[in-house]
Amino acid sequence: MTEPGGASVVAARAGSTPYVDPARVRYRQRKAWRDAAIGIVSLLVTVAVVAFIVVRTPGWAVVQETFFSPEAFAESFPGLIEAFWLNIRIFLIAEPLILIVGLSVALVRRLKRPIFLPLRIVATIYVDVFRGVPTLLVILLLGFGIPALQLQGAPDSVLFWGVVALVLSYGAYVAEVFRAGIDSVHPSQRMAARSLGLSSWQTNRYVVVPQAVRNVTPPLLNDFISLQKDTALVSVLGPIEVLRRAQIDASFTFNYTPYVAAACLFIALTIPMTRFADWLQERQRRRRGPGASV
Amino acid sequence: MTVVQVEQVWKAFGQESVLRGIDLEVGLHEVVVLIGASGSGKSTLLRCINGLETVDAGRILLDDDLDVTAFNTDLDAVRRRVGIVFQSYNLFPHMSVIDNITLGPRKVLRLPAAEAQQRARDLLGRFGLADKADEYPDRLSGGQQQRVAIVRALAMQPELMLFDEITSALDPLLVGEVLDAVRELKSEGLTIVMATHEMAFARDVADRVCFLDGGVVLEQGTPEEIFGEPRERRTREFLVRIRG
Ligand SMILES: Nc1ncnc2c1ncn2[C@@H]1O[C@H](COP(=O)(O)OP(=O)(O)O)[C@@H](O)[C@H]1O
Ligand SMILES: [Mg+2]
Repeated sequence: MTEPGGASVVAARAGSTPYVDPARVRYRQRKAWRDAAIGIVSLLVTVAVVAFIVVRTPGWAVVQETFFSPEAFAESFPGLIEAFWLNIRIFLIAEPLILIVGLSVALVRRLKRPIFLPLRIVATIYVDVFRGVPTLLVILLLGFGIPALQLQGAPDSVLFWGVVALVLSYGAYVAEVFRAGIDSVHPSQRMAARSLGLSSWQTNRYVVVPQAVRNVTPPLLNDFISLQKDTALVSVLGPIEVLRRAQIDASFTFNYTPYVAAACLFIALTIPMTRFADWLQERQRRRRGPGASV
Repeated sequence: MTVVQVEQVWKAFGQESVLRGIDLEVGLHEVVVLIGASGSGKSTLLRCINGLETVDAGRILLDDDLDVTAFNTDLDAVRRRVGIVFQSYNLFPHMSVIDNITLGPRKVLRLPAAEAQQRARDLLGRFGLADKADEYPDRLSGGQQQRVAIVRALAMQPELMLFDEITSALDPLLVGEVLDAVRELKSEGLTIVMATHEMAFARDVADRVCFLDGGVVLEQGTPEEIFGEPRERRTREFLVRIRG
Protein backbone atom coordinates (compact mmCIF):
# COMPACT_ATOMS: atom_id res chain seq x y z
CA MET A 1 0.00 0.00 0.00
CA THR A 2 1.58 3.27 -1.12
CA GLU A 3 -1.44 5.59 -1.35
CA PRO A 4 -1.87 8.08 1.52
CA GLY A 5 -3.99 6.69 4.34
CA GLY A 6 -3.67 3.25 2.83
CA ALA A 7 -2.91 1.54 6.10
CA SER A 8 -6.03 2.87 7.79
CA VAL A 9 -8.21 1.82 4.83
CA VAL A 10 -6.93 -1.70 5.26
CA ALA A 11 -7.50 -1.58 9.01
CA ALA A 12 -11.06 -0.28 8.52
CA ARG A 13 -11.87 -2.97 5.98
CA ALA A 14 -10.66 -5.66 8.37
CA GLY A 15 -12.71 -4.43 11.32
CA SER A 16 -15.95 -2.56 11.52
CA THR A 17 -14.62 0.98 12.09
CA PRO A 18 -15.70 3.68 9.65
CA TYR A 19 -13.13 5.10 7.26
CA VAL A 20 -12.93 8.77 6.27
CA ASP A 21 -10.39 10.15 3.80
CA PRO A 22 -7.77 12.09 5.90
CA ALA A 23 -7.93 15.02 3.47
CA ARG A 24 -11.68 15.21 4.08
CA VAL A 25 -11.13 15.07 7.85
CA ARG A 26 -8.79 18.09 7.62
CA TYR A 27 -11.26 19.91 5.40
CA ARG A 28 -14.12 19.31 7.86
CA GLN A 29 -12.03 20.55 10.79
CA ARG A 30 -11.02 23.71 8.95
CA LYS A 31 -14.62 24.34 7.94
CA ALA A 32 -15.87 23.87 11.51
CA TRP A 33 -13.34 26.42 12.83
CA ARG A 34 -14.11 28.91 10.08
CA ASP A 35 -17.90 28.61 10.61
CA ALA A 36 -17.50 29.18 14.35
CA ALA A 37 -15.22 32.21 13.86
CA ILE A 38 -17.52 33.84 11.29
CA GLY A 39 -20.54 33.35 13.55
CA ILE A 40 -18.88 34.91 16.57
CA VAL A 41 -17.42 37.90 14.73
CA SER A 42 -20.75 38.56 13.00
CA LEU A 43 -22.58 38.44 16.34
CA LEU A 44 -20.11 40.79 18.10
CA VAL A 45 -20.24 43.34 15.28
CA THR A 46 -24.04 43.34 15.22
CA VAL A 47 -24.31 43.79 18.99
CA ALA A 48 -21.79 46.63 18.93
CA VAL A 49 -23.59 48.44 16.10
CA VAL A 50 -27.04 48.10 17.66
CA ALA A 51 -25.77 49.20 21.08
CA PHE A 52 -24.02 52.18 19.54
CA ILE A 53 -27.18 53.27 17.68
CA VAL A 54 -29.45 52.82 20.69
CA VAL A 55 -27.22 54.71 23.09
CA ARG A 56 -26.72 57.54 20.61
CA THR A 57 -30.46 57.92 19.96
CA PRO A 58 -31.85 61.11 21.49
CA GLY A 59 -34.15 60.24 24.39
CA TRP A 60 -32.31 57.03 25.29
CA ALA A 61 -31.45 58.46 28.71
CA VAL A 62 -35.15 59.04 29.45
CA VAL A 63 -36.09 55.59 28.20
CA GLN A 64 -33.41 54.03 30.33
CA GLU A 65 -34.48 55.93 33.44
CA THR A 66 -38.19 55.07 32.94
CA PHE A 67 -37.93 51.40 32.00
CA PHE A 68 -34.50 50.21 33.07
CA SER A 69 -33.71 52.13 36.23
CA PRO A 70 -31.34 50.08 38.42
CA GLU A 71 -32.57 51.77 41.61
CA ALA A 72 -36.27 51.14 40.85
CA PHE A 73 -35.38 47.59 39.92
CA ALA A 74 -33.52 46.90 43.16
CA GLU A 75 -36.32 48.44 45.17
CA SER A 76 -39.22 46.52 43.65
CA PHE A 77 -37.59 43.20 42.87
CA PRO A 78 -37.86 41.45 46.28
CA GLY A 79 -41.57 42.30 46.50
CA LEU A 80 -42.11 41.14 42.92
CA ILE A 81 -40.46 37.79 43.56
CA GLU A 82 -42.66 37.25 46.58
CA ALA A 83 -45.76 38.13 44.55
CA PHE A 84 -44.58 35.91 41.70
CA TRP A 85 -44.68 32.95 44.06
CA LEU A 86 -48.47 33.36 44.03
CA ASN A 87 -48.48 33.08 40.21
CA ILE A 88 -46.45 29.92 40.45
CA ARG A 89 -48.84 28.45 43.02
CA ILE A 90 -51.86 29.31 40.86
CA PHE A 91 -50.13 27.59 37.95
CA LEU A 92 -49.15 24.52 39.95
CA ILE A 93 -52.70 24.05 41.26
CA ALA A 94 -54.50 24.85 37.99
CA GLU A 95 -52.36 22.78 35.61
CA PRO A 96 -53.03 19.28 37.01
CA LEU A 97 -56.74 20.12 37.31
CA ILE A 98 -56.77 21.30 33.69
CA LEU A 99 -55.18 18.04 32.54
CA ILE A 100 -57.77 16.02 34.46
CA VAL A 101 -60.71 18.09 33.16
CA GLY A 102 -59.34 18.10 29.60
CA LEU A 103 -58.71 14.36 29.42
CA SER A 104 -62.03 13.48 31.06
CA VAL A 105 -64.00 15.70 28.72
CA ALA A 106 -62.17 14.32 25.68
CA LEU A 107 -62.92 10.74 26.77
CA VAL A 108 -66.56 11.52 27.55
CA ARG A 109 -66.98 12.93 24.06
CA ARG A 110 -65.76 9.60 22.68
CA LEU A 111 -68.24 7.45 24.67
CA LYS A 112 -70.56 5.54 22.37
CA ARG A 113 -73.21 3.95 24.59
CA PRO A 114 -76.61 5.65 24.42
CA ILE A 115 -76.83 5.84 28.21
CA PHE A 116 -74.02 8.42 28.15
CA LEU A 117 -75.82 10.76 25.75
CA PRO A 118 -76.53 13.41 28.43
CA LEU A 119 -72.87 13.39 29.52
CA ARG A 120 -71.76 13.73 25.92
CA ILE A 121 -74.06 16.70 25.38
CA VAL A 122 -72.82 18.41 28.53
CA ALA A 123 -69.20 17.90 27.47
CA THR A 124 -69.86 19.28 24.00
CA ILE A 125 -71.66 22.37 25.31
CA TYR A 126 -68.91 22.93 27.87
CA VAL A 127 -66.21 22.93 25.19
CA ASP A 128 -68.22 25.14 22.83
CA VAL A 129 -68.96 27.70 25.52
CA PHE A 130 -65.60 27.94 27.20
CA ARG A 131 -63.60 27.99 24.00
CA GLY A 132 -65.68 30.89 22.78
CA VAL A 133 -65.56 33.13 25.87
CA PRO A 134 -62.43 35.17 26.67
CA THR A 135 -60.60 33.85 29.73
CA LEU A 136 -60.63 37.30 31.30
CA LEU A 137 -64.43 37.41 31.08
CA VAL A 138 -64.75 34.02 32.77
CA ILE A 139 -62.46 35.20 35.56
CA LEU A 140 -64.50 38.36 36.15
CA LEU A 141 -67.78 36.47 35.96
CA LEU A 142 -66.82 33.77 38.45
CA GLY A 143 -64.48 35.82 40.63
CA PHE A 144 -66.90 38.68 41.29
CA GLY A 145 -70.18 37.00 40.41
CA ILE A 146 -70.22 33.93 42.60
CA PRO A 147 -69.01 35.48 45.86
CA ALA A 148 -71.68 38.19 45.28
CA LEU A 149 -74.36 35.50 45.41
CA GLN A 150 -73.31 34.72 48.99
CA LEU A 151 -74.24 31.09 48.49
CA GLN A 152 -74.29 28.86 51.54
CA GLY A 153 -71.11 26.81 51.64
CA ALA A 154 -69.58 28.24 48.46
CA PRO A 155 -66.04 29.54 49.04
CA ASP A 156 -66.01 33.32 48.88
CA SER A 157 -62.30 33.62 48.11
CA VAL A 158 -61.78 35.46 44.81
CA LEU A 159 -58.53 33.57 44.37
CA PHE A 160 -60.40 30.26 44.53
CA TRP A 161 -62.83 31.35 41.82
CA GLY A 162 -60.02 32.82 39.76
CA VAL A 163 -58.34 29.42 39.68
CA VAL A 164 -61.66 27.72 38.87
CA ALA A 165 -62.12 30.12 35.97
CA LEU A 166 -58.64 29.36 34.61
CA VAL A 167 -59.28 25.63 34.91
CA LEU A 168 -62.62 25.84 33.09
CA SER A 169 -61.28 28.05 30.34
CA TYR A 170 -58.08 26.09 29.71
CA GLY A 171 -59.81 22.75 30.28
CA ALA A 172 -61.90 23.32 27.15
CA TYR A 173 -58.79 23.94 25.03
CA VAL A 174 -56.91 21.02 26.46
CA ALA A 175 -59.94 18.74 25.92
CA GLU A 176 -59.75 19.53 22.22
CA VAL A 177 -56.02 18.86 22.15
CA PHE A 178 -56.57 15.47 23.81
CA ARG A 179 -59.42 14.67 21.44
CA ALA A 180 -57.16 15.31 18.46
CA GLY A 181 -54.56 13.11 20.14
CA ILE A 182 -57.02 10.26 20.62
CA ASP A 183 -58.11 10.54 16.99
CA SER A 184 -54.46 10.41 15.90
CA VAL A 185 -54.10 6.85 17.22
CA HIS A 186 -54.78 4.49 14.32
CA PRO A 187 -58.01 2.44 14.63
CA SER A 188 -55.99 -0.74 14.04
CA GLN A 189 -54.46 -0.22 17.50
CA ARG A 190 -57.89 -0.33 19.08
CA MET A 191 -58.76 -3.39 16.98
CA ALA A 192 -55.58 -5.18 18.08
CA ALA A 193 -56.29 -4.45 21.74
CA ARG A 194 -59.93 -5.52 21.56
CA SER A 195 -58.97 -8.73 19.77
CA LEU A 196 -56.82 -9.66 22.79
CA GLY A 197 -60.00 -9.51 24.86
CA LEU A 198 -59.33 -6.12 26.46
CA SER A 199 -62.49 -4.19 27.31
CA SER A 200 -63.17 -0.79 25.77
CA TRP A 201 -62.05 0.89 29.01
CA GLN A 202 -58.84 -1.18 29.22
CA THR A 203 -58.13 -0.41 25.57
CA ASN A 204 -58.32 3.31 26.30
CA ARG A 205 -56.35 3.01 29.49
CA TYR A 206 -53.43 0.92 28.23
CA VAL A 207 -53.29 1.44 24.47
CA VAL A 208 -55.04 4.56 23.19
CA VAL A 209 -54.54 7.22 25.86
CA PRO A 210 -50.80 6.61 26.39
CA GLN A 211 -50.17 7.02 22.66
CA ALA A 212 -52.52 10.01 22.44
CA VAL A 213 -50.72 11.78 25.29
CA ARG A 214 -47.37 11.17 23.63
CA ASN A 215 -48.64 12.59 20.35
CA VAL A 216 -49.96 15.80 21.90
CA THR A 217 -47.22 16.56 24.42
CA PRO A 218 -45.76 19.46 22.38
CA PRO A 219 -49.09 21.30 21.92
CA LEU A 220 -49.92 20.66 25.57
CA LEU A 221 -46.65 22.27 26.62
CA ASN A 222 -47.58 25.31 24.56
CA ASP A 223 -50.82 25.56 26.51
CA PHE A 224 -48.84 25.27 29.76
CA ILE A 225 -46.68 28.20 28.70
CA SER A 226 -49.73 30.23 27.84
CA LEU A 227 -51.26 29.40 31.23
CA GLN A 228 -48.14 30.57 33.06
CA LYS A 229 -48.69 34.00 31.53
CA ASP A 230 -52.43 34.01 32.06
CA THR A 231 -52.04 33.53 35.81
CA ALA A 232 -51.57 37.31 35.70
CA LEU A 233 -55.21 37.71 34.62
CA VAL A 234 -56.28 36.79 38.16
CA SER A 235 -54.88 40.21 39.17
CA VAL A 236 -58.14 41.84 38.04
CA LEU A 237 -59.82 40.21 41.03
CA GLY A 238 -57.42 41.88 43.46
CA PRO A 239 -54.97 39.22 44.74
CA ILE A 240 -51.48 40.65 44.82
CA GLU A 241 -49.72 38.52 42.29
CA VAL A 242 -46.75 39.80 40.35
CA LEU A 243 -48.56 42.00 37.81
CA ARG A 244 -50.66 43.66 40.52
CA ARG A 245 -47.52 44.19 42.61
CA ALA A 246 -45.74 45.81 39.65
CA GLN A 247 -48.75 48.01 38.99
CA ILE A 248 -48.79 49.24 42.58
CA ASP A 249 -45.05 49.91 42.59
CA ALA A 250 -45.21 51.74 39.26
CA SER A 251 -48.10 53.92 40.33
CA PHE A 252 -46.17 55.10 43.39
CA THR A 253 -42.96 55.99 41.57
CA PHE A 254 -44.19 56.82 38.04
CA ASN A 255 -41.46 54.48 36.89
CA TYR A 256 -42.16 51.48 34.66
CA THR A 257 -39.15 49.44 35.66
CA PRO A 258 -41.27 47.15 37.91
CA TYR A 259 -43.29 46.11 34.85
CA VAL A 260 -40.10 45.24 33.01
CA ALA A 261 -38.87 43.32 36.04
CA ALA A 262 -42.16 41.40 36.22
CA ALA A 263 -41.83 40.63 32.50
CA CYS A 264 -38.34 39.25 33.16
CA LEU A 265 -39.74 36.93 35.82
CA PHE A 266 -42.31 35.52 33.39
CA ILE A 267 -39.67 35.07 30.73
CA ALA A 268 -37.36 33.31 33.16
CA LEU A 269 -40.16 30.85 33.84
CA THR A 270 -41.32 30.27 30.25
CA ILE A 271 -37.95 30.00 28.48
CA PRO A 272 -36.98 26.62 29.96
CA MET A 273 -40.46 25.33 29.14
CA THR A 274 -40.28 26.65 25.57
CA ARG A 275 -36.89 25.06 25.02
CA PHE A 276 -38.18 21.78 26.40
CA ALA A 277 -41.21 21.93 24.05
CA ASP A 278 -38.90 22.66 21.09
CA TRP A 279 -36.68 19.76 22.04
CA LEU A 280 -39.62 17.36 22.30
CA GLN A 281 -41.02 18.51 18.97
CA GLU A 282 -37.63 18.09 17.32
CA ARG A 283 -37.29 14.60 18.79
CA GLN A 284 -40.69 13.55 17.46
CA ARG A 285 -39.81 14.96 14.05
CA ARG A 286 -36.58 12.99 14.00
CA ARG A 287 -38.39 9.82 15.08
CA ARG A 288 -40.62 10.06 12.03
CA GLY A 289 -37.52 9.13 10.10
CA PRO A 290 -35.38 10.11 7.13
CA GLY A 291 -36.10 13.36 5.34
CA ALA A 292 -36.33 15.20 8.64
CA SER A 293 -32.90 16.80 8.21
CA VAL A 294 -33.40 17.98 4.61
CA MET B 1 -65.14 -32.08 17.54
CA THR B 2 -65.92 -28.82 15.79
CA VAL B 3 -63.99 -25.75 16.90
CA VAL B 4 -65.79 -23.28 14.62
CA GLN B 5 -68.98 -23.71 12.74
CA VAL B 6 -70.00 -20.94 10.35
CA GLU B 7 -73.59 -21.36 9.12
CA GLN B 8 -75.12 -19.29 6.35
CA VAL B 9 -73.40 -16.06 7.33
CA TRP B 10 -74.26 -12.89 5.42
CA LYS B 11 -72.40 -9.63 5.69
CA ALA B 12 -72.65 -6.43 3.63
CA PHE B 13 -70.95 -3.05 3.87
CA GLY B 14 -73.58 -0.59 2.72
CA GLN B 15 -74.83 -1.91 -0.60
CA GLU B 16 -71.77 -4.11 -1.13
CA SER B 17 -72.65 -7.69 -0.24
CA VAL B 18 -69.40 -9.40 0.80
CA LEU B 19 -70.45 -12.68 2.44
CA ARG B 20 -73.52 -14.31 0.87
CA GLY B 21 -74.55 -17.22 3.05
CA ILE B 22 -71.14 -18.70 3.71
CA ASP B 23 -70.67 -22.08 5.44
CA LEU B 24 -67.45 -23.32 6.98
CA GLU B 25 -66.59 -25.95 9.54
CA VAL B 26 -63.22 -26.32 11.25
CA GLY B 27 -62.35 -29.35 13.35
CA LEU B 28 -59.94 -29.68 16.26
CA HIS B 29 -56.23 -29.51 15.24
CA GLU B 30 -57.23 -28.68 11.70
CA VAL B 31 -55.38 -26.09 9.57
CA VAL B 32 -57.78 -24.48 7.09
CA VAL B 33 -56.43 -22.10 4.47
CA LEU B 34 -58.69 -19.50 2.84
CA ILE B 35 -57.72 -18.45 -0.67
CA GLY B 36 -59.51 -16.12 -3.02
CA ALA B 37 -59.12 -12.89 -4.95
CA SER B 38 -58.43 -9.66 -3.12
CA GLY B 39 -61.81 -8.36 -1.91
CA SER B 40 -63.42 -11.79 -1.83
CA GLY B 41 -64.15 -11.46 1.90
CA LYS B 42 -61.38 -13.49 3.57
CA SER B 43 -60.59 -10.81 6.13
CA THR B 44 -64.27 -10.10 6.70
CA LEU B 45 -64.94 -13.76 7.46
CA LEU B 46 -62.01 -13.96 9.89
CA ARG B 47 -63.15 -10.80 11.65
CA CYS B 48 -66.70 -12.13 11.97
CA ILE B 49 -65.34 -15.23 13.69
CA ASN B 50 -63.85 -13.25 16.59
CA GLY B 51 -66.61 -10.66 16.67
CA LEU B 52 -64.64 -7.72 15.27
CA GLU B 53 -67.46 -7.46 12.70
CA THR B 54 -71.11 -8.24 13.42
CA VAL B 55 -72.87 -10.48 10.92
CA ASP B 56 -76.12 -9.51 9.16
CA ALA B 57 -77.56 -13.03 9.22
CA GLY B 58 -76.48 -16.56 10.08
CA ARG B 59 -74.67 -18.11 13.00
CA ILE B 60 -71.11 -18.75 14.15
CA LEU B 61 -70.57 -21.32 16.91
CA LEU B 62 -67.37 -21.90 18.87
CA ASP B 63 -66.98 -25.41 20.33
CA ASP B 64 -70.64 -26.07 19.68
CA ASP B 65 -71.53 -24.02 22.77
CA LEU B 66 -70.60 -20.35 22.40
CA ASP B 67 -72.63 -18.45 19.80
CA VAL B 68 -70.50 -15.54 18.60
CA THR B 69 -73.43 -14.07 16.69
CA ALA B 70 -76.05 -14.13 19.47
CA PHE B 71 -77.40 -10.65 20.14
CA ASN B 72 -76.09 -10.46 23.70
CA THR B 73 -72.79 -12.38 23.44
CA ASP B 74 -69.91 -11.24 25.61
CA LEU B 75 -67.48 -10.60 22.78
CA ASP B 76 -64.57 -10.17 25.18
CA ALA B 77 -65.16 -13.79 26.20
CA VAL B 78 -65.10 -14.84 22.53
CA ARG B 79 -61.84 -12.99 21.93
CA ARG B 80 -60.22 -14.61 24.96
CA ARG B 81 -60.62 -17.92 23.14
CA VAL B 82 -59.79 -16.82 19.60
CA GLY B 83 -56.45 -15.24 18.71
CA ILE B 84 -55.91 -13.15 15.58
CA VAL B 85 -52.81 -11.84 13.84
CA PHE B 86 -53.07 -9.10 11.22
CA GLN B 87 -51.20 -8.31 8.04
CA SER B 88 -49.82 -5.09 9.54
CA TYR B 89 -48.66 -6.59 12.90
CA ASN B 90 -50.42 -3.85 14.93
CA LEU B 91 -47.99 -4.09 17.83
CA PHE B 92 -48.35 -1.37 20.47
CA PRO B 93 -45.48 1.01 19.64
CA HIS B 94 -45.30 2.58 23.11
CA MET B 95 -44.65 -0.75 24.85
CA SER B 96 -41.62 -3.01 24.86
CA VAL B 97 -41.98 -6.45 23.30
CA ILE B 98 -42.49 -8.12 26.67
CA ASP B 99 -45.16 -5.59 27.69
CA ASN B 100 -46.96 -6.10 24.38
CA ILE B 101 -47.10 -9.81 25.10
CA THR B 102 -48.02 -9.69 28.80
CA LEU B 103 -50.74 -7.03 28.49
CA GLY B 104 -53.50 -9.48 27.59
CA PRO B 105 -52.54 -12.22 30.08
CA ARG B 106 -52.23 -9.69 32.92
CA LYS B 107 -55.27 -7.53 32.27
CA VAL B 108 -57.65 -10.04 30.70
CA LEU B 109 -56.64 -13.40 32.17
CA ARG B 110 -55.54 -11.74 35.45
CA LEU B 111 -52.30 -13.70 35.61
CA PRO B 112 -49.76 -12.50 38.19
CA ALA B 113 -47.08 -10.38 36.52
CA ALA B 114 -44.31 -12.92 37.17
CA GLU B 115 -46.28 -15.74 35.61
CA ALA B 116 -47.22 -13.65 32.56
CA GLN B 117 -43.56 -12.68 32.13
CA GLN B 118 -42.43 -16.27 32.36
CA ARG B 119 -45.00 -17.35 29.80
CA ALA B 120 -43.93 -14.54 27.46
CA ARG B 121 -40.22 -15.35 27.79
CA ASP B 122 -40.80 -19.04 27.15
CA LEU B 123 -42.72 -18.22 23.98
CA LEU B 124 -40.16 -15.65 22.81
CA GLY B 125 -37.44 -18.24 23.28
CA ARG B 126 -39.31 -20.81 21.23
CA PHE B 127 -39.71 -18.37 18.35
CA GLY B 128 -36.08 -17.23 18.37
CA LEU B 129 -36.79 -13.86 19.95
CA ALA B 130 -35.32 -14.41 23.43
CA ASP B 131 -33.01 -11.40 23.15
CA LYS B 132 -35.74 -9.04 21.94
CA ALA B 133 -37.89 -8.97 25.07
CA ASP B 134 -36.91 -5.46 26.07
CA GLU B 135 -36.74 -3.91 22.60
CA TYR B 136 -39.42 -1.61 21.26
CA PRO B 137 -41.30 -2.79 18.17
CA ASP B 138 -39.88 -0.11 15.84
CA ARG B 139 -36.37 -1.51 16.43
CA LEU B 140 -37.32 -4.92 15.01
CA SER B 141 -37.47 -6.13 11.43
CA GLY B 142 -40.87 -6.83 9.88
CA GLY B 143 -40.43 -10.55 10.29
CA GLN B 144 -39.51 -10.17 13.95
CA GLN B 145 -42.46 -7.85 14.56
CA GLN B 146 -44.83 -10.33 13.01
CA ARG B 147 -43.42 -13.16 15.12
CA VAL B 148 -43.92 -10.99 18.21
CA ALA B 149 -47.52 -10.42 17.11
CA ILE B 150 -47.95 -14.20 16.86
CA VAL B 151 -46.44 -14.67 20.32
CA ARG B 152 -48.71 -11.94 21.70
CA ALA B 153 -51.76 -13.81 20.43
CA LEU B 154 -50.39 -17.16 21.62
CA ALA B 155 -49.78 -15.88 25.14
CA MET B 156 -53.56 -15.81 25.61
CA GLN B 157 -53.51 -19.59 24.97
CA PRO B 158 -56.32 -19.41 22.41
CA GLU B 159 -58.06 -22.56 21.26
CA LEU B 160 -58.32 -21.16 17.75
CA MET B 161 -55.92 -18.94 15.85
CA LEU B 162 -56.82 -16.70 12.91
CA PHE B 163 -54.05 -15.46 10.58
CA ASP B 164 -55.00 -12.74 8.11
CA GLU B 165 -52.36 -12.58 5.35
CA ILE B 166 -49.63 -12.35 7.95
CA THR B 167 -46.82 -12.41 5.38
CA SER B 168 -48.25 -9.96 2.85
CA ALA B 169 -46.50 -6.90 4.28
CA LEU B 170 -43.12 -8.62 4.54
CA ASP B 171 -39.96 -8.42 2.51
CA PRO B 172 -39.73 -11.75 0.60
CA LEU B 173 -36.54 -12.63 2.50
CA LEU B 174 -38.44 -12.45 5.81
CA VAL B 175 -41.50 -14.48 4.82
CA GLY B 176 -39.81 -17.79 5.61
CA GLU B 177 -39.21 -17.12 9.31
CA VAL B 178 -42.88 -16.25 9.86
CA LEU B 179 -44.10 -19.29 7.94
CA ASP B 180 -41.77 -21.47 10.03
CA ALA B 181 -43.51 -20.12 13.12
CA VAL B 182 -46.87 -21.18 11.68
CA ARG B 183 -45.50 -24.65 10.90
CA GLU B 184 -44.36 -24.94 14.49
CA LEU B 185 -47.87 -24.11 15.71
CA LYS B 186 -49.39 -26.67 13.40
CA SER B 187 -47.03 -29.32 14.70
CA GLU B 188 -48.30 -28.59 18.20
CA GLY B 189 -51.85 -29.20 17.10
CA LEU B 190 -53.21 -25.67 17.28
CA THR B 191 -56.41 -25.17 15.28
CA ILE B 192 -55.75 -22.52 12.62
CA VAL B 193 -57.75 -20.65 10.00
CA MET B 194 -55.55 -18.54 7.75
CA ALA B 195 -56.00 -16.32 4.73
CA THR B 196 -52.93 -16.25 2.52
CA HIS B 197 -51.58 -15.66 -0.97
CA GLU B 198 -48.61 -17.97 -0.36
CA MET B 199 -49.83 -20.90 -2.43
CA ALA B 200 -46.72 -23.04 -1.94
CA PHE B 201 -47.09 -22.66 1.80
CA ALA B 202 -50.83 -23.39 1.66
CA ARG B 203 -50.09 -26.60 -0.21
CA ASP B 204 -47.53 -27.51 2.43
CA VAL B 205 -49.39 -26.89 5.70
CA ALA B 206 -53.10 -26.94 4.87
CA ASP B 207 -55.30 -29.85 5.86
CA ARG B 208 -58.01 -28.23 3.81
CA VAL B 209 -58.07 -25.35 1.32
CA CYS B 210 -61.21 -23.25 0.82
CA PHE B 211 -61.66 -21.06 -2.24
CA LEU B 212 -63.85 -18.01 -1.52
CA ASP B 213 -65.70 -16.54 -4.46
CA GLY B 214 -68.92 -14.56 -4.76
CA GLY B 215 -69.40 -14.51 -0.99
CA VAL B 216 -69.42 -18.29 -0.53
CA VAL B 217 -66.92 -21.14 -0.28
CA LEU B 218 -67.11 -22.10 -3.93
CA GLU B 219 -64.85 -25.11 -3.63
CA GLN B 220 -62.94 -26.86 -0.87
CA GLY B 221 -60.75 -29.89 -0.50
CA THR B 222 -57.28 -31.15 0.28
CA PRO B 223 -54.39 -29.14 -1.17
CA GLU B 224 -53.89 -31.93 -3.71
CA GLU B 225 -57.47 -31.64 -4.89
CA ILE B 226 -57.62 -27.84 -5.05
CA PHE B 227 -54.18 -27.21 -6.54
CA GLY B 228 -53.98 -30.46 -8.54
CA GLU B 229 -57.39 -30.89 -10.08
CA PRO B 230 -59.77 -28.03 -9.25
CA ARG B 231 -63.32 -28.78 -10.34
CA GLU B 232 -64.60 -25.22 -10.70
CA ARG B 233 -63.67 -23.00 -13.62
CA ARG B 234 -63.40 -19.94 -11.28
CA THR B 235 -60.91 -21.79 -9.09
CA ARG B 236 -58.77 -22.70 -12.07
CA GLU B 237 -58.83 -19.11 -13.33
CA PHE B 238 -57.83 -17.80 -9.90
CA LEU B 239 -54.95 -20.26 -9.58
CA VAL B 240 -53.66 -19.41 -13.04
CA ARG B 241 -53.77 -15.71 -12.26
CA ILE B 242 -52.02 -16.00 -8.90
CA ARG B 243 -49.26 -18.21 -10.27
CA GLY B 244 -48.55 -15.43 -12.80
N1 LIG C 1 -65.03 -1.86 7.28
C1 LIG C 1 -65.39 -1.90 5.97
N2 LIG C 1 -66.19 -0.93 5.47
C2 LIG C 1 -66.56 -0.95 4.17
N3 LIG C 1 -66.19 -1.90 3.31
C3 LIG C 1 -65.40 -2.89 3.74
C4 LIG C 1 -64.95 -2.94 5.10
N4 LIG C 1 -64.18 -4.04 5.26
C5 LIG C 1 -64.15 -4.65 4.05
N5 LIG C 1 -64.89 -3.97 3.13
C6 LIG C 1 -65.08 -4.35 1.74
O1 LIG C 1 -65.48 -5.69 1.71
C7 LIG C 1 -64.86 -6.37 0.63
C8 LIG C 1 -64.14 -7.60 1.15
O2 LIG C 1 -62.99 -7.17 1.87
P1 LIG C 1 -62.01 -8.17 2.61
O3 LIG C 1 -62.79 -9.02 3.55
O4 LIG C 1 -60.95 -7.35 3.21
O5 LIG C 1 -61.46 -9.05 1.43
P2 LIG C 1 -60.10 -9.88 1.33
O6 LIG C 1 -59.53 -9.98 2.72
O7 LIG C 1 -60.48 -11.19 0.77
O8 LIG C 1 -59.20 -9.13 0.41
C9 LIG C 1 -63.93 -5.39 -0.05
O9 LIG C 1 -64.56 -4.93 -1.22
C10 LIG C 1 -63.82 -4.27 0.93
O10 LIG C 1 -63.73 -3.04 0.28
MG1 LIG D 1 -57.78 -9.24 3.50
